[in-house]
Amino acid sequence: MANKESDKRTPSTIEKFLLHLHPQRIDVRAIKFTRTFGLGGISALLFVILCLTGLLLRFSYVPTVADAYDSILALENKSIFGKFIRSLHYLSAVSMIIISFLHLIRVYYSQSIFKKRAENWIYGLIMMLMVFAASFTGYLLPWDQLAYWAVTVITQIIEYIPLIGHSFANTVRGGTEVNGNTLLNFYSLHTGILPILFIVLMGIHFWLVRKAGGVALPQQEEKVKVKVFPNLVWKEVMTTAIVVAVLFVLAAVITAPLLEQANPHNSPNPSKAPWYFLGAQELLLHLHPVFSAVIIPLAAGIYFFALPYFRYTNLNIGVWFNSNKGKRVVVQSATLSFVFTFILIYLLEHFLHFDIWLSGWHSWLSTGLIPFILYVAPVTGALLYWRKKHMAQVTELFMAITTIILSSYICMMLVSLLLRGEGMLLIF
Amino acid sequence: MKFNRRKFIKRLIVAIASIEAFFLIKEGISKSDNSSGKKELFNAGKADSFETNKTYPFLTGHFFLKRYDDGGFLAMSIKCTHLGCVVNNNIKTGGFNCPCHASQFNKYGEVLSAPATRPLDTFPITIENGEIFIDTNKAVKRKEFNKSQLTYA
Repeated sequence: MANKESDKRTPSTIEKFLLHLHPQRIDVRAIKFTRTFGLGGISALLFVILCLTGLLLRFSYVPTVADAYDSILALENKSIFGKFIRSLHYLSAVSMIIISFLHLIRVYYSQSIFKKRAENWIYGLIMMLMVFAASFTGYLLPWDQLAYWAVTVITQIIEYIPLIGHSFANTVRGGTEVNGNTLLNFYSLHTGILPILFIVLMGIHFWLVRKAGGVALPQQEEKVKVKVFPNLVWKEVMTTAIVVAVLFVLAAVITAPLLEQANPHNSPNPSKAPWYFLGAQELLLHLHPVFSAVIIPLAAGIYFFALPYFRYTNLNIGVWFNSNKGKRVVVQSATLSFVFTFILIYLLEHFLHFDIWLSGWHSWLSTGLIPFILYVAPVTGALLYWRKKHMAQVTELFMAITTIILSSYICMMLVSLLLRGEGMLLIF
Repeated sequence: MKFNRRKFIKRLIVAIASIEAFFLIKEGISKSDNSSGKKELFNAGKADSFETNKTYPFLTGHFFLKRYDDGGFLAMSIKCTHLGCVVNNNIKTGGFNCPCHASQFNKYGEVLSAPATRPLDTFPITIENGEIFIDTNKAVKRKEFNKSQLTYA
């Protein structure tokens, strides 16, 4: 890979290290900002910020029921910049979820997950799940009302899984209720196990990116290559500086939320899961747990892990949305499923009371299968329409299915987050 | 595939080590032996002191003690069976309402309106020398209410 015409100067140690992450010369299209938006790099940067702020927080945090909340109060009120460090950690964690999700979407829609990149998609998905796990375990640590009831709600969702649900939930909690054991479990996971796993998996992830030849690009006859120093590294340094600056400004203005100390005898109204899990909670309001906690999450999980391995006929690797037709299908299916999900939520809340109308039936039929079909049937119709009318091929159709899943989850999440008030009732 | 002794032994060792590691981690995480060592029953006091057709919340024990018209006692968990919020005692109907997701239960803890799918869990009651003891470590799940769940003084 070394190019003879490059200058004779021996690179410094830092340069040599960076050259293990990057090649010496790189396709000029790969470093265009709009190719990757730097999302993977920003996620890695956020991980570093989270580690540093987390290590600082670890000096003052006490992981016991009696002291956790007070130690946070002491940090906020008595330590210099204590509040700032905590807010920085909080904001980085929120950004980490958003940015790594956008990174996932970016690699998917730019068709960069197939063939030699398929294995890396799997590692990426595992890390996405770990991002949720890390955020969720961190959620409990302040031991305030928000933390306590969010974790209660989520571990209660786990209990709906048949056969293993109860014992799995008890293992996560270290008992039948969220208590000091849960706090200790989450603390060890959050500050020990998950960060170590992240470092290992990030190493594999980066290495596989290089092994696949870097960022996926459309086929082209002539390739223009430029040096990584300074072309790419300069952009990385600038992005880092901007991200850090934005986070610092935000952390100075926004304070990480802290409610009153956790009280197991009084649930706040409404009790909501952490925002990124709210789509799941919304689903549980409308569908019988057999569907909402078992069949749908399982099917969606298998679908996403199998995504690179379906039999595609017309892959254009590195091309955004595969083709112009793909772009149209994605935009249409995103809009359609968002609007349709929204309307269906509204109808199920106010007009369609299958549990009352069909009270004689078994509840997994009346509140499970029927609303499920009510959603799946029109969506399947839309897929058939695209296939017939627009001659959409396998790649575009799978892209439509992925878009529908993501778009309706985001819709449910937003409805649950913004439009549900007291008693988890819609505010309109 | 040919049977290979070395491969077999290697895999056996890995398998045994994984099982050992699994149990070490599982026991560590679930901390199962912390609480089950000694079992303490919750003493709610004299049975006679409870009026019929009234609900007595025992928040520290995480249950409602209810005495019905015929004098039977039922101890129901305060945890909503939907997502584990603490249900409120509805004084008008004698039933229970969940503040989180609007589930409603009747005075026997049975579901009146979804999203909850099963009645409130109960705790076993024993009555000795006129005093009520409730085993709060053992929540009993049920499908519906029937008379056999009541305990009489």
